[in-house]
Amino acid sequence: MILLILLGVVVLFAVWLVGQFNGLVQLRNQVQNAWAQIDVQLKRRADLIPNLVNTVKGVMKFEQETLERVMNARARAMGATTITERGAAEAELSQGIGRLLAVMENYPELKSNQNALQLQEEVTATENKVGFARQFYNDVVMKFNTAQQTFPGNLIASSFGFKPSEFLQVPEADRVVPKVDLSLT
Amino acid sequence: MIQGNQRATFYELQDANRRNTVLLILVFLVLVGFLGLGFDFFFWSELTEEPGIRVPFFTGFGLIGGAFYATVSYFGGAREVLASTYAKPARLDDPLEKQFVNVVEEMAIAAGLPPPKSYVVPDSDPNAFAVGRDPEHASIAVTRGLLERLDREELQGVVGHEMAHVRNLDIRTMTLVTALFGATVLLSDFARRGLSMGGGGRRGGRSRSSGGGGGGLVLLLFVLWMLVAVLAPILSRLLVLAVSRSREYLADASAAELTRNPLGLASALRKIAAAHEPTELISQGSAHLCITDPRGLGVNEREGAAADLFATHPPIGRRVALLEGMAGVLGGAPAGDLTLRA
Repeated sequence: MILLILLGVVVLFAVWLVGQFNGLVQLRNQVQNAWAQIDVQLKRRADLIPNLVNTVKGVMKFEQETLERVMNARARAMGATTITERGAAEAELSQGIGRLLAVMENYPELKSNQNALQLQEEVTATENKVGFARQFYNDVVMKFNTAQQTFPGNLIASSFGFKPSEFLQVPEADRVVPKVDLSLT
Repeated sequence: MIQGNQRATFYELQDANRRNTVLLILVFLVLVGFLGLGFDFFFWSELTEEPGIRVPFFTGFGLIGGAFYATVSYFGGAREVLASTYAKPARLDDPLEKQFVNVVEEMAIAAGLPPPKSYVVPDSDPNAFAVGRDPEHASIAVTRGLLERLDREELQGVVGHEMAHVRNLDIRTMTLVTALFGATVLLSDFARRGLSMGGGGRRGGRSRSSGGGGGGLVLLLFVLWMLVAVLAPILSRLLVLAVSRSREYLADASAAELTRNPLGLASALRKIAAAHEPTELISQGSAHLCITDPRGLGVNEREGAAADLFATHPPIGRRVALLEGMAGVLGGAPAGDLTLRA
């Protein structure tokens, strides 16, 4: 009888252990998937930018420098070989796009141009998607790390070699509010 | 509870409302259990001439009836609601509707879910709702009037609220609650029939004649049970509405988490509240799915305990105050961030 009870306890413990372990694996996969999602959105953004720049190039005569900076940042992001390099270039690209979208407001001709408006919406949406993909990555990392640090996940995480994932920090360049000169209007 | 604390983070508010829902559903289960088991206890013995409960026949019958009632709405509900509101899939060649589709995709990414289908209801009153039994079968619908009135940031708040309903599995929660509601209504109906036939009365009488403290207790229980049986339809209606409101508060807090911009939704709610007309195309039965009560301003704006108890949605003023409290806790997003999200 006692043996049976002991056996039952052992089986229950094993089931519980498997559940905990699988939970952590699931979270780790979610973290990896969320990371891949950011890449998908960055790629979509890189594809959209040449379209936007070509459409507004002719009209935005006073912003050639901004346009060039956007194109250069895009080229550097696509050709980057290290993660740090890529991160810096993508951050600069974000900043450039933010500025570009803001100054587009100063050109009434663009407001009546259906194509430009459409592109503006697409770029805004893609820029948001990049931001939300990063946000979701951080949300999942927080869940994963919390599961590893709280009891009893911490025992399982340490015995099976789970490592906490790193949060994506907001790059310095992104924290600076883009200065938009509105004196033109 | 949440009312006292106007400055809570969206995590705290979500936890508080999840607890509220669980508590309300427990109360609901106790109500159904008391009603059903009481019926079985007082009436089963009449039929079988045996004291006590052998099989909780009527409890089971009530629960199965309620579950059937809810299952029908669970599987057919989404298509039915969309059809009854004349919702059409959002058109990609229309700038406003294309923007709506984009915002839905953004919120799906923030929630880490597959993007729901986007629908537009041809109604000039601003409103929005979400349907679908799980995130894989979800649809989000907004009225044309909502798209025309809100800016991008506000639309994001509203879509974030609807996406939160999808992520929090609110359709499932409300289906469970509907099943319990159906069970109480059925059981209370049985009880009233049973009482008018006088069955329980005889039973009560017999217990009294058997004498002793136990008999008195049974009589007391019987009176209490009768009272509950009579009040059950209204009690369960109030419970359904209370669960609905807890899911609304939860969806607001989750929208703040998804957008990280509670002020967008706060501003959208103000605009929606300012629009007076009721949303004619959305029927009363789907009210709990909407961003605000579609039956018009009166229901959302009336304050006071009595009005609160009978509302599917919390008062808009309190929702806005809570959202603004969340914005205060967030410390305000950097301005550069806001222009991008706008």
